[in-house]
Amino acid sequence: MQADLILFWVFAPISIASGIAMLLMRNAVHSALFLIVNFFCLAIFYLILGAPFLFAVQIIVYAGAIMVLFLFVIMLLGVDGREDLRERRLIAQRPLAVLLGLGFVLEVFFAVHGAIGFSRHAPAGFGKVNEGGNTQALARVLFQKYFFPFEVTSILLIIAAIAAMVLAQRKARAVTQAEMEAHNAALEPAVVSSRPIA
Amino acid sequence: MRTPIAYFLVLSSILFAIGTVGVLVRKNALIIFMSVELQLNAVNLTLVAFSRMHNSLDGQVLAFFSMVVAAAEVVVGLAIIVSVYRRIRSVNVDDAEALRG
Repeated sequence: MQADLILFWVFAPISIASGIAMLLMRNAVHSALFLIVNFFCLAIFYLILGAPFLFAVQIIVYAGAIMVLFLFVIMLLGVDGREDLRERRLIAQRPLAVLLGLGFVLEVFFAVHGAIGFSRHAPAGFGKVNEGGNTQALARVLFQKYFFPFEVTSILLIIAAIAAMVLAQRKARAVTQAEMEAHNAALEPAVVSSRPIA
Repeated sequence: MRTPIAYFLVLSSILFAIGTVGVLVRKNALIIFMSVELQLNAVNLTLVAFSRMHNSLDGQVLAFFSMVVAAAEVVVGLAIIVSVYRRIRSVNVDDAEALRG
């Protein structure tokens, strides 16, 4: 039975519809929720394509962590639904953008049609690649062939955490040396005069 | 698996196009950012589909890296949006028109 084909045809329209809905929603919170639906659909596609580890990571990292961060920032900034969609800068930007998107889809369609065709199925033998489970196989590749990029990624995450702290902290205005001296000078006579004269 | 690989590629191109149109059309910085996430995810789907087509795990590893980099990118990008909001009191990208801080 072609269970994966049925899954594909069920979830592909849902993912496209939720993507378009994300685009059309005025309210940023609604957009974020539709994007979460889209990410869940993509997770199902990863499962169909034989990547159960990425399925889990997609749900935990994207639908879980990243989108919660998005919603948190939307709530923090208190964005209202009144988005000004008037075209102020470029005329006919929106029709041109949609045209560009359609052109891109057509281009990929014909490229895929010419390169691999629409009847080519995935070759058998993916089970052998995934020997001992997808997660174990992925770990073997990750920690042997891609060990250095993996370590670089950890540095990147630390840098990102520091950058977020630096960017988002509320800065007290820095006091310059001259201001400090002026402040002390203004303070000095008062301090001196308050001292009892012996 | 009976689903042709090409279906996934065309689907991911559609999602990528939706993300592109979102970046070009919307004015809310947060929604523009979400559209970028959609584009990243569309490319991830392509990587995983090609990984299946070539019977290799390299594509899945690359998709995994791309997710990690996307997480880092979201953290920094949202921090930038928050600090821009503090300065101009708006997330509309048209309001951020002055280059000076």
